[in-house]
Amino acid sequence: MKLSAPPLPKFLRPSPPRPGTGNGGNGANAGNGAGGNGGIATKPKPKDQAVEGAASVVGWLDERSGVSPFLRGFLYRKTPKGTNWFYTLGSATMFAFLSQAVTGVFLAMYYEPDTATRAYSSAAHISNDVFLGEFVRGMHKWGATVMIILIFLHMGRTFFFGAYKYPRELNWVIGVVLVVLTLVMGLTGYLLPFDQRSFWATVVAVNLNSSGPVIGPYLADFLRAGSEFGPTTITRFYALHMLLVPGLIAALIGAHLYLVAKLGTTAPPWLKAEKKDLLTEEL
Amino acid sequence: MADPPKFDEKSRYTEGRGIAGAFPGETVTRRRLMEGTAMAVGGIATAAFALPALGFALGPIFEDVSRENWQPVGTEGDFNTQTYIQRVINIAPEIGDPGKTTVYVRKFDQARDDPRNKDQPFVAISTRCAHLGCPVRYIRASQKFVCPCHGGVYDFQGKVAGGPPVRPLDRFYTRVRAGKVEIGDRFSVNSELKRFSPRDPSNHLDGLWQYLYPSRPTT
Repeated sequence: MKLSAPPLPKFLRPSPPRPGTGNGGNGANAGNGAGGNGGIATKPKPKDQAVEGAASVVGWLDERSGVSPFLRGFLYRKTPKGTNWFYTLGSATMFAFLSQAVTGVFLAMYYEPDTATRAYSSAAHISNDVFLGEFVRGMHKWGATVMIILIFLHMGRTFFFGAYKYPRELNWVIGVVLVVLTLVMGLTGYLLPFDQRSFWATVVAVNLNSSGPVIGPYLADFLRAGSEFGPTTITRFYALHMLLVPGLIAALIGAHLYLVAKLGTTAPPWLKAEKKDLLTEEL
Repeated sequence: MADPPKFDEKSRYTEGRGIAGAFPGETVTRRRLMEGTAMAVGGIATAAFALPALGFALGPIFEDVSRENWQPVGTEGDFNTQTYIQRVINIAPEIGDPGKTTVYVRKFDQARDDPRNKDQPFVAISTRCAHLGCPVRYIRASQKFVCPCHGGVYDFQGKVAGGPPVRPLDRFYTRVRAGKVEIGDRFSVNSELKRFSPRDPSNHLDGLWQYLYPSRPTT
């Protein structure tokens, strides 16, 4: 027996079931304490409410951005048979970069790029005094090495699997630029602790740049901001290290990933195309 | 028989080219004009911030900010012709300790030294290795300058005696004022101790090589 709804003000009335939810709707939507519309009012469990809330937030975003077809295509793209752990090296490199970005941002809160005294002492302050400072600085330092190792392993995987060939040459080129930029990060970051080792390593590195004919000396002048290691050298390296190069890397990782999603990944070279099966499937 | 072409594709006028909505006497469509204007405005706006920023970053390449800088390092009697005495000067005073560098100083020796440099009362050898810029050390027993990084060796004159360096050690100008020996600006020398404006380590200065490493505005 269906009772008529009590004359409640509009905001107290139970909302009608969502379209497509069928008879399950009356349970979840009868939470207004007024008896509900179905008579068998069960209070929704907190878990159901959480799921419903999250779903509605996601739905709100998706309805306005239309992002889900993109994400479905990006995350559920087809991969060839034989895809193996070597194919995770690119993502691993990217996570190393993200770790560097996050730890770098927090190191920048304490680091002072001042040549005369503050660079070394602020780096020492991070290691010695700041809570978890040694840990975050250590993650940044060792993460840099990890990123270099991973990016070269990724490059080796691409090379030995022949994944640089048509139509993926552009992605290889972008990847090579990313390798160079990662090495630039290593070079510019090495100066920042400003101890004896980083100072002399940077002197040698800048002079290596200078050894290039004709433009080399100008490149060295650009890096040093003058003919000698001067007051703005470290700020210059710092700006390159935390603003310019990371921005370029992030942008190029975006382009790199776009091309990966667009072109798909390659099968390992030891897998032969299964022509027969393909033919029967398509027929 | 084929009709004569209705529209002349090479016509100056949009009307003649058969573009819809063309005005008589019009040579550029309004759409095209607006496209061009928008592009030009965008280009000007981009250049307005990008060019100054680029110049700002690249400026130091074209600018010599070093001033003439004479630093006293002792009296004439402190130095002799037989061996080098170690002194510290500051070539970038703004940055404190990192700007300091060691100089090896001795008296000019008429008998031993190249007459090319006889206008310099003293020989002040820079410790900046001509290979990649590590600091060299003078070993008195062997009368050699030795670099710790990659094994560069220089003789008493600062000329290359072994290892990777491409030219002799740089020198500094010297003068005597009121009995004080003063050290001035840096200069580079080639293997015949001919003077050049200061060059970076690793820059060759002999033969045809010297033209690949020209003098820079900063030095």
